[in-house]
Amino acid sequence: MRKGLLPNILGGLVALVWVFPVYWMVNSALLPADEVRGKNPTWLPFGGDFSSFGRVFNERFLNSMKLSLIVTLITVVVALLFAFLAAIAVSRFTWRGRKALVITVLIVQMIPAEGLFISQYKMLQGWGLLNTMIGLSILYIAAVLPFTVWMLRGFVEGIPVDLEHAAMIDGCSRTKAFFIVTFPLLAPGLVASGVYAFLQAWNEFTLATVIMSPSNRTVPLWLQGLTSASNAAIDWPGVMAGAIMVAIPVIVFFLFVQNKMTDGMVSGAVKG
Amino acid sequence: MSDVLARAPQSRRAAAAGRRPAPTASGARRATAIAPYLLVLPVIATMVIALGYPLVRQFVMSFQKYGLEQQFGKAPEWIGLDNYKAIFADPAVWAVITRSLLFCVAAAGLTMVVGMAVAVLMTKLVRWLRVVVQSVLLIAWAMPVIASMTIWQWLFDTNYGVINWLLVKIGLDQFKGHSWLIEPVSFLTIAVIVVVWMSVPFVAFSLNAALTQVSGEQLEAAELDGANAWERFLHIKLPTIMPVVMVVSLLQVIWDLRVFAQIYYLQQAGGVASETNLLGTYIYNLGLGQGDFGKAAAVAIFMLALTLGLTFFYVRKLAKEV
Repeated sequence: MRKGLLPNILGGLVALVWVFPVYWMVNSALLPADEVRGKNPTWLPFGGDFSSFGRVFNERFLNSMKLSLIVTLITVVVALLFAFLAAIAVSRFTWRGRKALVITVLIVQMIPAEGLFISQYKMLQGWGLLNTMIGLSILYIAAVLPFTVWMLRGFVEGIPVDLEHAAMIDGCSRTKAFFIVTFPLLAPGLVASGVYAFLQAWNEFTLATVIMSPSNRTVPLWLQGLTSASNAAIDWPGVMAGAIMVAIPVIVFFLFVQNKMTDGMVSGAVKG
Repeated sequence: MSDVLARAPQSRRAAAAGRRPAPTASGARRATAIAPYLLVLPVIATMVIALGYPLVRQFVMSFQKYGLEQQFGKAPEWIGLDNYKAIFADPAVWAVITRSLLFCVAAAGLTMVVGMAVAVLMTKLVRWLRVVVQSVLLIAWAMPVIASMTIWQWLFDTNYGVINWLLVKIGLDQFKGHSWLIEPVSFLTIAVIVVVWMSVPFVAFSLNAALTQVSGEQLEAAELDGANAWERFLHIKLPTIMPVVMVVSLLQVIWDLRVFAQIYYLQQAGGVASETNLLGTYIYNLGLGQGDFGKAAAVAIFMLALTLGLTFFYVRKLAKEV
């Protein structure tokens, strides 16, 4: 294919527009506060340091971190286990209601949290679970389950059942055959689905806003709190340092699963 | 393939027979018949408890007078369609609906146009630049919503934002100390910019992947027949990737209709909530802010109906391959 000059210039421009905010985050995080409030912007963080990170890495951040880690961990473990069992049922058994379940999962996946949080709030209020880790975890598990089931189902179906049959002919029980043959091959799928659940729970903002009180914030709420209008003067280098601390683990994990997620979302179209 | 295994119990029993007393035939068959139901039970139970029950409850609540008094223990009163009548007679609700639809069309439309342009562009880049563009888009895609929001708020900051500085530099003095969040239109413009910036990577990658599937022979043949680049795109590439374009646009529409975090964030950062609410934040303010759960539930049901109506085509498409 011919490579013209114009497309490459435009390509460079695209890269610039998408990288600039990220670059600006890093740059501002390293600069001292008075430098950021100069008449002209400072383009490179010469003479900067990591003191902004120290300022925001305080007890409030650690409390949010703890809350987020626990809720995320509960969500990932429970959702992965439940979705794994359902994926086996859907792709390794024929049963009445199988197709109905898959279609339900697809529809539920599309339900916007924004269309349901009013009554989820009332429900948790009734159970005394407002502003608790358990309450938030329950909603998160339900929120990530549909896509996790859909994703894992794809992985299980990708492993030929003939392999299990071979093991069964050699004398394994059906369950044993599954765990000896298919389960190890499923590891990448489990990792990808787990990371997906992790990212969803870790980044979630809407339900956390609805369910949690200001004294009990997950990490995204903590970051948002740093910049809300009630702050007289926003410490921008501190906020950018906070944004980096929130974003780094997410970016690392995201790079792991990006391919699998795109496949899951448009698989219907690509395969057809 | 799965029906092959469904017939497997016979061979399992045969294999097991040598080692230990085989379970009675009917017992084994019953176990295999029940197994899938037991396996899906946790998922179904979770969805029923955390999604199904609230959904039913919300539906009921939308037919009840459920305000502050009910919050403090008064029994909710059944009022039929009054909540729906009230919200659809309220010009403020129509303003929110119109704003949401306009926002959705603007954000999803721009995302698709820019995403398509970037996807095509990526096929025409020299190798190293393509890797650079892909890496940059991946990082932008991975950025957590709230982290991106803080960055964009900082870029558009009234006094020290680099965008105001740049606009003043190129001679637009009116942007000195300009606040982007006070005016509803510029508030929503910023929200659209952020949403597009965050959504383009997914669209660009999906469409680019589809574009690489387009047959090179067809393109060559068309070129020999004298078709120029635009004609080749319109008559060969676009029809081939149309299924992916449809699904991706639909997902964008659904996602941009439910946008909450970005709007809520900008409102907290200094926007005027009453003039910038979209459906999500409106439901939030009506229910949790003003305590009118009945009306909030009615608006939420309307939003769900809208989304599920749009989803129908997507689900039907995916369900075909189940």
